[in-house]
Parts: sequence; structure tokens; C-alpha cells
Amino acid sequence: MNRDRVNRILARIPTHLIVIGTILIWVIPTLGLLITSFRPVQDVNTSGWWTVVAPQNVSGPYVQYCASCHGADGKAIPEADLSDPNLIARYPRSLQLMAILRQDINGKPHMGDVPLPTSQEAADIAAYLRNYSSGQAGTARFTTSNYVDALVGYRGRASYFQDCREGTQALDLKCNASDLLNPRGMGRAFLNSLLVTIPATVLPILFAAFAGYAFAWLHFKGRFLLFAILVGLQVVPLQMTLVPISRIYAQLGLNGTFLGVWLFHTGFGLPYAIYLMRNFLGSLPSDLFEAAYLDGASHWTAFRRLVIPLAMPAIASLGIFQFLWVWNDLLVALVFLGGTTPVMTYQISNMVTSLGAGWHLLTAAAFLSMLLPMVVFFSLQRYFVRGMMAGAVKG
Amino acid sequence: MASVTYENVYKRFGDMVAVDNLNIHVDDKEFLVLVGPSGCGKTTALRLLAGLEEISSGAIKIADRVVNDVAPKDRDIAMVFQSYALYPHLSIYDNMAFGLKLRKTPKEEIKRRVTEAAEVLGIQDLLTRKPRQLSGGQRQRVAVGRAIVREPKVFLFDEPLSNLDAKLRVQMRAEISKLHQRLQTTFIYVTHDQTEAMTMATRIAVINKGKLQQIDTPQNLYDHPGNLFVAGFIGSPAMNFFPGKLRKDNGRLVVDAGDFVVPIPEKKAGPYKAHADKNITFGIRPENIHDENFVPLNIDVEKVAVKVDVTELMGNEIFLYLISGKNTFVARVDPRSSLRVGQQAHVMFDMDNFHIFDAETEETIR
Repeated sequence: MNRDRVNRILARIPTHLIVIGTILIWVIPTLGLLITSFRPVQDVNTSGWWTVVAPQNVSGPYVQYCASCHGADGKAIPEADLSDPNLIARYPRSLQLMAILRQDINGKPHMGDVPLPTSQEAADIAAYLRNYSSGQAGTARFTTSNYVDALVGYRGRASYFQDCREGTQALDLKCNASDLLNPRGMGRAFLNSLLVTIPATVLPILFAAFAGYAFAWLHFKGRFLLFAILVGLQVVPLQMTLVPISRIYAQLGLNGTFLGVWLFHTGFGLPYAIYLMRNFLGSLPSDLFEAAYLDGASHWTAFRRLVIPLAMPAIASLGIFQFLWVWNDLLVALVFLGGTTPVMTYQISNMVTSLGAGWHLLTAAAFLSMLLPMVVFFSLQRYFVRGMMAGAVKG
Repeated sequence: MASVTYENVYKRFGDMVAVDNLNIHVDDKEFLVLVGPSGCGKTTALRLLAGLEEISSGAIKIADRVVNDVAPKDRDIAMVFQSYALYPHLSIYDNMAFGLKLRKTPKEEIKRRVTEAAEVLGIQDLLTRKPRQLSGGQRQRVAVGRAIVREPKVFLFDEPLSNLDAKLRVQMRAEISKLHQRLQTTFIYVTHDQTEAMTMATRIAVINKGKLQQIDTPQNLYDHPGNLFVAGFIGSPAMNFFPGKLRKDNGRLVVDAGDFVVPIPEKKAGPYKAHADKNITFGIRPENIHDENFVPLNIDVEKVAVKVDVTELMGNEIFLYLISGKNTFVARVDPRSSLRVGQQAHVMFDMDNFHIFDAETEETIR
């Protein structure tokens, strides 16, 4: 009996390994992004997020190259006091540090006989000196300023709060709560995303519920053909229709309007939504509807009092899918809304400059845009689990 | 409270004729049971009456009003489904009140009727529960209750007991009978179980292949089946049939079944005389075959030689599966019978209770 148990445990090991592996593959990068989004921009630029967990011992290169002259505490040469933050602030990167190391001091090479550090070592020395001079050597630093900067659309070199303190903020920032609605920021984009997503989720589900009921329970000629055609429409790729629809929208004046995006998402959400709703409603027992008709229900009453409550699992799953799809959509929003009323995805794609700077903002913005989908998923997921039909018929 | 009439009703699904020229008149306050094998069209007949299927031709009348084109909800009928068809998201109270609410019945009236029906069915304590929290029998009561509160002219039952276990079925059978006496309304009840039909009905309509075979009271149906199908369908275990010939032998009419010959008593021979030398089917119910040693008094019996194949002791009786030549048949004999498997013996056919059917038309000869 004991051997059976050991065998069972052994047999499960591969499954467990695969599950754990998959979880790690997804969780580790996400965790990295989350940590990065809370780190100050200087730290993001100089060291990896994992150093938060195990602070790097960067004093090694300093001891190797600098300590012999500057001393262990950096104060050995008074005219070059390495514990002075103002002095260190002049060498934020390895490049500036290497430049001064290559210069002669009093006609002699800076480093004397010691070879120059590699650029990686120079970066470690610069980071160590910066942390050391600010009295934070070896501790991880966290800040929420990335989130604030992303929300208000701050694009400067320091941070929103610092600029506001010094009065050097950009012209479009007022340094009060109204900055949350700054068109360049994620706050405003969040509202725009909501304005796009909610109707673009509700409309297709509503239409699909009507259509699903009709296809499942109304007997009219050609319904199977019509249903097949509708489902077949799923093969039309969205990208193929961008140009023709954009031209139609131009004639109708719908380009750049929310209505245009709602209609587009509704149109492309419907085939799958109808397919799912029809199959779900078709699987409800026909006795239920017949009982309702005998009880005096019209089609409309049956739809409102029976179909909507019973179809909640289908509506919830459709809602989650459509919501996530529209919320995360960049292409349609880019084409039909563009920069006039930017949504979150559009704003995120604008966070990183062409030189790759600003991705501390990107990580914060990404997490801001993840918040609502998470809320939606966790609040609706119980509908997946619960069997709504239990008790309707003999079971 | 209304009569129901089927007049030359047909229902076709494509080429398939589900209901074939059905003519039935159900009187007010009658309990009619439609019975037949699976797929015989009995449920379709009921659904035509409910308005869930459209009639292909003919007319259905409820209380002398033709309802062919009347919507189900305006026919003033209530139906109990085999699957109960309770609304899973509503409480038991709301399930029962659903139809009344849709008909804009006043709130107090709804409450009165639901409470009353719940008391009749003994489900007062369940009103706040959801259907999934109920057992099968309780759900069945709720389904009946939902029909009662509507106070319809006609109640329709579509195999309401076939999802219940055997014990519960017997109990619900009695309760539905009681309900019929109490409500004094027309009941139309569909089942494939002839026991249900026999125990509950005031009249039974036997249907096969879409056609009405016979409609009569349970006792008449049992004693005087109109044709071979009805004879075989009503009664359990089923009637034994022997293909054979009617023949004159020494001036007496006899049934020649090949392996045995039994003479027909003179007092019963009347109707058969015209059919001498015809192929017939001889039918006799298991309880009319007796062990040689336990024959009731005062009946005409004929001896038939058999071999015992299987015996089934039921306690109050014994089922004997007998072989006579190429015929196998069942006898329901006195439990004191000492016949054993493999034994060669004689059994006694009660010649006061037998049936003879025309081999071609399968109609009863009488």
C-alpha cells in the first residue's frame, strides 16, 4: 500500500513540474515588470530588477580600482570627496566616469599604473558611488512616481513632483488634480478606454443574445443557412476591412468618433458572440420554454425572464472575452480614434521614445491598464464555475 | 372544466405520420390516459392539444371551441412535463406564481392560490428554495403545483412519473388520482406504463403507430381487448399468443395450435362458427393457466402438456415459463405449485377466459 502511494506521487511529478514551470514562465517576467514599475528611473537604468531581491555587491570594483587613493570611505582626497552627492551627480553614467578616468590629473594619468576598469565595472562603480553618497548603499529603493508620471503624462527628465516643486513643469501641466485629465496621460486614456470598451462590450452581447434566442428557438425558414453564413463571417480578417470601412466612415463623418469604434467592435464581435449564444441557448431544455409559453409567456417575456438569467454564464464569458479584446485592442483604436482621443494601448505605445528611454513609465502604464481587466475577470469568473442549470430538469 | 375532442386529427413530420386520423372525445371531469409504446404518437397527440405542435389537418376542440389556431397560452390548459421543466433561477414560490404573474393576477390572489396548492401537495416548507435543492419527488410536486395554481380547464400530464423511482411512482400515482377527485377537472395523461394507465384512468386510449387502437374503461380493455395489439399491451406479464387454426373436430369447434389442440366450450363457440378452417391467433392470459393440482372450482379447463423452462417465485404466486413444442409461454400459478425446472407436466387452460384473433386483420373475433 505504501508503495502504491509512492508510485502515485512519482507519477504526478512530471505534471507538477510542467505546471510549476508554466507558472514560473509567466510569473517571473510579470513580477519583473511590477518591481521595475516601482523603482526610481536611475535604478531602472543602471541595474536589473532582481537586484531588489539580492542587492548587488558593487563595492568590489570600487575597492579594486579606487579605494587605494580615495580611501575606503571615499574621503581620502579632500578636493575629490567621493561621499559628496554634488560631485557624484556629475558622473551619473559609466561614460562620464570613464571620461574623467581617462583625463590626466596634474599631468599624470588618473589611474596611475592601475588599468582602466571595463565599462561594466565603471557602471558598477558609478552606481555604488551614487548609492553610497546618498547614504543608501545596498538598499533597494521604491517609488510610486512612475505611476504618477504615467497618469499625468509627464515626459521630462526628473519626475512630475520634482518639476512641480521647482516650477519647471511643462506648459500643459498645472500641478493640481486637473493634470489627471491631461490628454497625454494615462488618466485621461483610462477614461477614453472605458468610453470605448463598455458600449463595445454591451452592444454585441445584447444583439448576440437576441440573435442566439432567435436562431435557437424561433422557427423561421433558412435559419440554419443564415446561421452558417453568420458564423462563416468569422474568417474575414479584421485588417482587411480597415481601409473600406475607414472610407465609409469618412463619408459618414464617423472617423475619430466613439460611435465609429463601437460599431466596428460590435460588427467584429458579433459572429463569435452569436455562435456562442446560440449554442448555449440551444442546449437549454426545450421543455423550459414550452412550460413558459404555456404559462402565458410571449417570446419577449421568455427572453427577459428566462433567457437572460439562465444565459448568465455565457454572457459572463462573452463579456470577459469581448471586454479584454476591446480593452487591449490597439489597431482599431489607432485607425479610427488615433491621437485625438487616445486610449490606453495607444498611450502605452507612445510611452517609450524612439531611443528606448522611458520604459520605467511603460511598466507603470502597463500595470495601470491591467487593473480593470483583472477586476472584471475576478468579479465574473464565478459564473464559469457555477452550474446555473442545476435543478432545472431531472439531474 | 371542459370536454376535449379530437376530430380526424393528423400530424405529419415530413413523410412520417405521427398522428393518424385520431378521433377521441373526452368528457368533462374525465381522467383519460393515452397509453402506447415509445414513439407511438401519444406525446405528439398531447402536444397538439397543448398547442406546442401545429395540427396538419383535422380539428381539436376544448369545450366545443376549435383551438387549432389558438396560442398555447390562450387555451386555458396546464401541462406537467416529464422533465418537470422548473425555472432553475426562480424560487419554488416564483415558479408556481410565474404563470399567474404573467396573467396580471392580483398579488393576494396569487399568494392565496400558491399557498393553497402548496398545502394540497405538502410542499409548504419548500416555497423559498430553488429547484436544485429539491429531490425528484419534490420537484414533481412543484411541477404539479405550478399547473394547479393556474386553475385551468384541462390538465395535461406528459409521462410525469417516469423519472421517479418505483416506490415514489406508486405514491405519486395515488396522489394524482386523489388530485383528480378533488379538483373535478378534465385530466389527460400520457404514459407508456400500462400499470399507470390501469390504476388511474377512468378511460384508457391505446395508441400504436399513430392510430387509436381502442378506447374504453380499464376493466373492459383488459377483459375485451379489441385487437391483438391491445391484448398484448395491456396486462403484465403479457397475454400468451399461439398461432393456430380453427377446426371442426367431431362436430366440436377446436383450436389447433399445432402442438396442442383445445376444444372450445359449446356455450362460447357461437361467434367462432363462421370462422371454421381459418388461421387465427389464440390468446390466453398467464393467470388463466393453472397448475394441474390447483385448479379453481367451477371453470371449464383443458389439459395441455408442457415442459417447465424457468420458474420465478414471486411470493404470492409463481411465474412459470413453459415450452409446448415450438411455443413458449408464461403461466401465473398458485404458489403451492411443485413444478420444477425441466419437469414434464400438464397445465390447465381456463376455457372461460380466452381470446381469438383473426390472423390477418389481428382483430378480435366476437
